[in-house]
Amino acid sequence: MSWSYLPHTAEDRKAMLAAIGVEKAEDLLADIPADLRLDRPLNLPQALSEPDLAKHLAALAGSNSDLQQYTCFLGAGAYDHYIPSVVDHILRRSEFYTAYTPYQPEISQGYLQALWEYQALIAELTGMAAANSSLYDGGTAIAEAAMLAAGVNKRSQFLVASTVHPHYRAVLNTYAIDRGYQLNEIAYRDGMLDDRDLQDKCSKAVAAVIVQSPNFFGCIEDLQAVVDAAHAQGALVIAVVDPISLGLLEAPGKLGVDIVVGEGQSLGVPLSFGGPHLGFFATSEKLMRKIPGRIVGQTVDGDGNRGFVLTLQAREQHIRREKATSNICSNQALCALAAAVYLNTVGQEGFQQVADLCLHKTHYAYRQLTAIKGVEAVFGAPFFKEFVVRLNKPAAQVNQQLLADKIIGGLDLGRYYPELADCVLLSVTEKRTRQEIDRLATRLEAIL
Amino acid sequence: MSYRKGKALIFEISKAGRRAIDLPACDVPQQAIETMIPAKFLRKDPAALPQVSQQDLVRHYTLLSERNFGVDSGFYPLGSCTMKYNPKINEDACRLPGFSMVHPLQDEESVQGALQLLGNMEAYLAEIAGMDAVTTQPSAGAQGELAGLKIIRAYHRHRGENRTKVIVPDSAHGTNPASAMVAGLDIVEIKSNADGSVNLEALKSAVGPDTAALMLTNPSTLGLFESQIREIAQIVHEAGGLLYYDGANANAIMGITRPGDMGFDVVHFNIHKTLSTPHGGGGPGSGPVGVKRDLIPFLPTPVIVCDDGKFRLDMDRPLSIGRMHSFYGNFGVVVRAYAYIRAMGPAGLKQASEDAVLNANYVLSQLKQDYYAPFDQLCKHECIVTSKYQQQYGIHTLDIAKRLLDYGYHPPTVYFPLIVEEAIMIEPAETESKETLDGFIAAMRHIAQEAKEDAAQITSAPQTTVVGRLDQAAAARKPIVIWKG
Amino acid sequence: MNIPKELRYTKNHEWVKIEGSKVTIGITDFAQSQLGDIVFVELPEVAAEISSGSSFAVIESVKAVSDIYAPLSGEVIEINEMLADAPETVNQDCYGAGWIATLEISDQSQLSELLDSEAYAKLLEGGH
Repeated sequence: MSWSYLPHTAEDRKAMLAAIGVEKAEDLLADIPADLRLDRPLNLPQALSEPDLAKHLAALAGSNSDLQQYTCFLGAGAYDHYIPSVVDHILRRSEFYTAYTPYQPEISQGYLQALWEYQALIAELTGMAAANSSLYDGGTAIAEAAMLAAGVNKRSQFLVASTVHPHYRAVLNTYAIDRGYQLNEIAYRDGMLDDRDLQDKCSKAVAAVIVQSPNFFGCIEDLQAVVDAAHAQGALVIAVVDPISLGLLEAPGKLGVDIVVGEGQSLGVPLSFGGPHLGFFATSEKLMRKIPGRIVGQTVDGDGNRGFVLTLQAREQHIRREKATSNICSNQALCALAAAVYLNTVGQEGFQQVADLCLHKTHYAYRQLTAIKGVEAVFGAPFFKEFVVRLNKPAAQVNQQLLADKIIGGLDLGRYYPELADCVLLSVTEKRTRQEIDRLATRLEAIL
Repeated sequence: MSYRKGKALIFEISKAGRRAIDLPACDVPQQAIETMIPAKFLRKDPAALPQVSQQDLVRHYTLLSERNFGVDSGFYPLGSCTMKYNPKINEDACRLPGFSMVHPLQDEESVQGALQLLGNMEAYLAEIAGMDAVTTQPSAGAQGELAGLKIIRAYHRHRGENRTKVIVPDSAHGTNPASAMVAGLDIVEIKSNADGSVNLEALKSAVGPDTAALMLTNPSTLGLFESQIREIAQIVHEAGGLLYYDGANANAIMGITRPGDMGFDVVHFNIHKTLSTPHGGGGPGSGPVGVKRDLIPFLPTPVIVCDDGKFRLDMDRPLSIGRMHSFYGNFGVVVRAYAYIRAMGPAGLKQASEDAVLNANYVLSQLKQDYYAPFDQLCKHECIVTSKYQQQYGIHTLDIAKRLLDYGYHPPTVYFPLIVEEAIMIEPAETESKETLDGFIAAMRHIAQEAKEDAAQITSAPQTTVVGRLDQAAAARKPIVIWKG
Repeated sequence: MNIPKELRYTKNHEWVKIEGSKVTIGITDFAQSQLGDIVFVELPEVAAEISSGSSFAVIESVKAVSDIYAPLSGEVIEINEMLADAPETVNQDCYGAGWIATLEISDQSQLSELLDSEAYAKLLEGGH
């Protein structure tokens, strides 16, 4: 039997075994105890030829309702943005995607420079002094930020806005359990963090306040107020932000936020059923040496030529081991590359334009939908890219009917916030046309 | 001084007024932004992103790619990394709209194909590992380790035992103790035997009523099979601890032996190593975790279940350690691994492991004339030589690695494992032909000769790359991690 | 290996210069050569209370990070702030300009636990 991924001919094997000095391939496995040897083939489906495999994959993929055929108004941490054509062409260059981590910098200058530029772009968006070259996703980026904060001010309590994405809070909780962190929730009022509750709960026992803006409901939080309240108690502020919103909203770094994290999937990374996505992480000069994950730094070679290397490696697991800042090793480098290409493609003007389109279309959709009998506005706060409405029919039922119309409706919030039963979270990106929005309105009107 | 070709930064190419994409005009009624968002929340200055034409953008990244080296560029024998060929049909697979353009929160009815793929993968991985259930949620090997350790910790807690110590051999990969730390556990490091195998006496002294687990790689990080694995399992289990398998070296054993049969309770896979998914310049990877029956209740949520041929996501797991990821992990990476397993089939996977072992032994047999082989015995999928014979000429492992760059090879792993001085760890994955191996062997022989006759060629290496050796100390003293104009 | 006779030493490769109840601490020539090019020194805060055996500073090189353990208990009265801009001073002049911190010690009896230069030299010979 032969496989296209395995080059050895019978001749090759014979010559190699002879060179090694053994008679048969079995001899190379002699150190594995006989009773540990699997005495049967693995119970897996038989190998498929390439055309058969292609057919099988196409059928499996084809059975999913994808967004080329369905119009998506679902967001909640994963967004249907337009991905410029150049992004995938660049990602498909095998010098990039088949490369390992750039530990041998002399032959990895291409990727190192690309990731350094990515760091610079994230720092520029967020208004911070330093960024790493990626974490797994938005949720785990928050967990890493929390660990940094606890390590820095030696406190173990965290105040977490209940308007932070429920899945992010769940991931934080998972990490927190085994680290002895106490997570206290800050209530919300009219779609935003309740600052009276924040003031009540903030104290010198708090390591950091974690707030998302735009928050899970799409509402814009007053980060400055959170910074003032937290810093007064010596607590850090971890802001979770949507990167597209930074085309319009003030850079959190300018407001005094200590650590900015978030989900970078909106920056040229496909939805891909939830992953691979992109956790970004940016912080101040002061905290730079505590950043988890890989960081690219600029330097020179012996002749003074500019070059790039992975730097501050002594913090990482392969050197510092159990005293490392984090256990992260593999990151989401290729997704960071996608994000850098995306940001360089849309550029300074285009980035603002995308944000502006999202804002206008979301607001247009909001007006069209809340004008429908059976659709009610819920919050009065300013919002970006997402909003909440209450329906006069169960959300699940409405979404079923929309699906039949090839529309993917909003997220049923009752699953996460019992007080918001029959409310849905709808997202409108720059990709949604006026016709698509009008069609959603028409269909909803018919259904409700 | 050789000519080194420089490369401009994207910021240096930028010029105001250029654009790389044409976006549509706004098709809904426009209004002043301040009517939608209060002025105090708005950016005072736009983010100063580059402005380049599409041509310049594409050329920039094309030139950067030419300053990089992937498996498709040449031999990449990094020990412990399993740099095998990344099949192209896998790249097509994950880009099919039915996989890449589906939202994680869509109705389960509308994503049955995706859920089926994940469900099938879990079954395949369980079979390959000899485990009872698998989760594909962890996004990387290290996150798989973390999930596995949290599962172990939760298991002990549930039984009313507060076990907080994780035993880790000094030959272990750095993520092992780091993951234990993140899981809030204390590390007990035990000294290995000289050949990297577990010292049973040291293990017996180290286990006790506070032992949560022993973390082990098999074959070891030195590429040698831990033949005493059943004794090791017994010692740990008798003390009430669990056995954790670091799957980094699983490429040596697919279809040959299985960690589940060796006595391991929890395993993680690095599917970007063993199952051909691309390393992506550092990621994304994926670290699925397999467990034995007793640990199933603690798996992260959501869990994929199949009822009457219908797949769904189950959150009703009271003992679960919770979510490890915002959604379901690196689905696009799992798709690639799924395609790989379907292309190889059971016999193919076994042949892959056998060829990986063959390749490593072949390379070792040819190198040991010129390089010191600290373990002159049959190895598994990776082998170790050192620079011991070259040191008399002032040549160290680092120098040999840098000189290999001039010969067009990515160097092997150097200075790991820590317990072997000046280690050069070579893993010539099974997708490499004999001709490629012979080319590498010839280069290594040549370098050994150069060490004797013209060491300066090696100490001044790399000579032909776009930069020479870089000042790591300066980079770390005054880190320049962003562009300051 | 340079091991000045007038200083005292610890098995963790720190040197101690005793001046009455004041002690100045740094790392030895052996330690700096093991670490390689030093890139960063994390100094303690002035007025911090340190207990003997605990980590009170961290030295980072390109390839390693080392905790520096307090050889004695006391209060930090002075720190070598120059190391923030020139951490390589620890490599270049580990016994002089590369000092790390000065403590006002709280327990004189702990001084007797320190090694003299001969004992430290023996320690290095015997393998660490």
